[in-house]
Amino acid sequence: MDPILVPKPEGLFCPAGGFFIDPVRPVARALVTHGHADHARAGHGAVMATAQTLDIMALRYGAEFTQSRQPYDGPVRIGDVTVSFHPAGHVLGSAQIAVTGAQGRIVVSGDYSRVPNPACAPFEPVPCDIFVTEATFGLPVFRHPDPLGEIAKLLASVRAQPDRAHLIGAYALGKAQRVIMLLRQAGYDGPIHIHGALQKLCDYHIAQGVALGDLRPATLERGRKPDFAGAIVLAPPSAFAATWSQRFPDPVICFASGWMQVRARARQRGVELPLLISDHVDWPDLTRTITELDPAQVWVTHGREDAVMRWCSLNGRAAHPLRLIGYEDEAE
Amino acid sequence: MTGGLAAFARLLEQLAFTPQRSGKERVLADWFATQPDPERGLALAALTGDLDLRQVRPSLLRGLVSGRVDAELFALSYDFVGDLAETIALIWPVDGSENPSLADVVGQLRDTSKARLGDVIVALLDNLGPSQRYACLKLATGGLRVGVSARLARTAFSKWANLPLTEVEEIWHGLTPPYLDLFAWAQGGAKPETAAYAPFRPVMLATAWDAVTMAARSPADFAAEWKWDGIRVQAVSDRGTRRLYSRTGEDISNAFPDVLALLEFDGVLDGELLVRRDGIVAPFGDLQQRLNRKTVSAAMLRSHPAGLRVYDVLVWQGQDMRNQPYDARRAVLDAATPALPAQIDHSPRLDFTTWDDLAALRANPSDPVIEGVMIKRRASPYIAGRAKGHWFKWKRDPFVIDAVLLYAQRGHGKRSGYYSDFTFGVWDGDVLVPVGKAYFGFTDAELKALDRFVRDNTTDRFGPVRAVKPLKVVEVAFEGLNRSPRHKSGVAMRFPRISRIRDDKPAAQADTLETLQDLLPK
Ligand SMILES: [Zn+2]
Ligand SMILES: [Zn+2]
Repeated sequence: MDPILVPKPEGLFCPAGGFFIDPVRPVARALVTHGHADHARAGHGAVMATAQTLDIMALRYGAEFTQSRQPYDGPVRIGDVTVSFHPAGHVLGSAQIAVTGAQGRIVVSGDYSRVPNPACAPFEPVPCDIFVTEATFGLPVFRHPDPLGEIAKLLASVRAQPDRAHLIGAYALGKAQRVIMLLRQAGYDGPIHIHGALQKLCDYHIAQGVALGDLRPATLERGRKPDFAGAIVLAPPSAFAATWSQRFPDPVICFASGWMQVRARARQRGVELPLLISDHVDWPDLTRTITELDPAQVWVTHGREDAVMRWCSLNGRAAHPLRLIGYEDEAE
Repeated sequence: MTGGLAAFARLLEQLAFTPQRSGKERVLADWFATQPDPERGLALAALTGDLDLRQVRPSLLRGLVSGRVDAELFALSYDFVGDLAETIALIWPVDGSENPSLADVVGQLRDTSKARLGDVIVALLDNLGPSQRYACLKLATGGLRVGVSARLARTAFSKWANLPLTEVEEIWHGLTPPYLDLFAWAQGGAKPETAAYAPFRPVMLATAWDAVTMAARSPADFAAEWKWDGIRVQAVSDRGTRRLYSRTGEDISNAFPDVLALLEFDGVLDGELLVRRDGIVAPFGDLQQRLNRKTVSAAMLRSHPAGLRVYDVLVWQGQDMRNQPYDARRAVLDAATPALPAQIDHSPRLDFTTWDDLAALRANPSDPVIEGVMIKRRASPYIAGRAKGHWFKWKRDPFVIDAVLLYAQRGHGKRSGYYSDFTFGVWDGDVLVPVGKAYFGFTDAELKALDRFVRDNTTDRFGPVRAVKPLKVVEVAFEGLNRSPRHKSGVAMRFPRISRIRDDKPAAQADTLETLQDLLPK
């Protein structure tokens, strides 16, 4: 009997259902866990995902990103397997995909997090025989602190340097809205300025009922120089390399990412205020999740597979690295 | 701001990530203003390198962590993080929530016997959170690596305290952490009197030669001597205590026991530290190999013997000479040096009657290790700091080459939106080899033009670095050239800066590596 899922160059393939999960190349039929670009690509024949993930893909790639959108709407039989989607706690619309066949059940978690995030339902542990885990922060040095503590650092810095703009690098889907929500949670109710590249996804969050408060475009208005002193400005990290950032005199460069745990990474990016805010499981949550689910096998994908493999072997767990190519871990 | 080790950990973080000097000074001022004694003084001592703690070797730390963490997981983590203290701070499996005072931690790291040091560190690590563990381990291993020199820390202190830096430096070596008397002085108390032997006296510095003002002055009022390309030092021998200080007051005695052995006098001399073999002054690169060492090997002492060429005398046989005119001090100095060991001599005075005579001498120095002339007003006392109108340096013209821009990296602070750190190269056959980096020398307008060029001509990106099409020629000025096995080109420039953008020159006409190699000291 074939295994339920097999790794192929395009991604994880289900022979009994004829679909790929999060394929990195165009395929006839794709199931997509969430809207991040390395998981959700344009050009597939048909895409099944949560309604929110499909909306996000349309926002990013245009309405024609696939020939057939199939919003997930409860467990569904595809070929000889049953497919169900379950919250992953990663970003708006994110899901784990469970595939159940005669051989048992595999859960592909996609990217996941166990820290509460108001934009999405919390991670749902789904009992399974094989658990496919990401390993973005799969090293025991990664232990993410309370994100509100990081926001407190940011607000202290804003208060201490009222004459400088705080320019926060945050990826457009998930991280940017997370930082905004955390700021609101911490009681900051002033305007937050956003780079144009964040506008569509912030609007979409608001439309989906995620309150983000007073957002304003970080643009220069014709005829007068806006005063960004003391302002909080969010932008995708790529904007820091663009001339766009030259409008801010002497900004405090901040970056909201799990990578900020490693000082050399922060320094290499020229970050003055690292904000350790992540959408992924850290090491304690990753290993705790495996222990809780207690699957017969663990498959490890994108990230630090070696360390997760080592932990599994130390804990007497059967594990297998997938070595899938095409998933980036920089974009966190 | 909270207190204790948590606050100190936060201080280290802020210092490490704040790029500009002024920003670091502001962070330190805030620390001095908000932290109580002895915490603020202990942090200052940690930054100036004056905390005398037990040296904790990396091997001890590796041993401790191997008792707690799987070796393979540790190796994978260390490989990723790249810093031992940081890896251990992050990976340590138990988190505590204690926040001991800095004084408590310093006390433990100072007073624990060597045999019990491991146990004490384990107990500390168990009781602390990750960022405090990091601070604790950085203290224990020495070298905070937050981009703050001892000088910058003292400067920040004196600015915050509104006290002259020269006075702070003068008494510094008589002070001991946690500097209660220093902070009392900062807040209106009495200036601490230094009781220590062989203190540092702030040095007199020159301003750059200015042809306009000098033309109006009479050459007869001035003396001149060569400016040697070594390290400016102050050699002190005070009732048996001998010390060698850098011009910023760092005690560099440990690295130069051979020079200390030469100080057979009672007084304070100002001069140039040079490597000298059989009376011949070696190029700066030779001296560089003896710098930044805590200790020095016997082989290095033999192959790179150091000596002094003295310029001035501040104190002699118990008498403070600093208020006497330069000519009088020089007379004492010239009379004294013949009796001293041969590795100490005085810098000869130059014979000139007109400024043109001096210009001719400067254009043709008698030794390759001369980097220009020093011009000193005969009537001037020895004044701490860079007082105007007394001493002038007239450097040899810098070397210049035309090089091609190869890579650019974004700057920090006010330049964070601009590509302002440039790597340039010269031709070696038909390939361009990188020969140096420069991040200043250009005007704001030139920076904008270079930034535009980088953005329009990027061929590749590596993290924050961009490779650019080899089209832009810049004139690079630099003060000297050393051999360097660490650089692919085999040469390292001193003090390179971009002096001009050569839009008139095609890249093919940039200089060659051969031209550069011809400038190496023979
Ligand atoms: Zn993701
Ligand atoms: Zn991912």
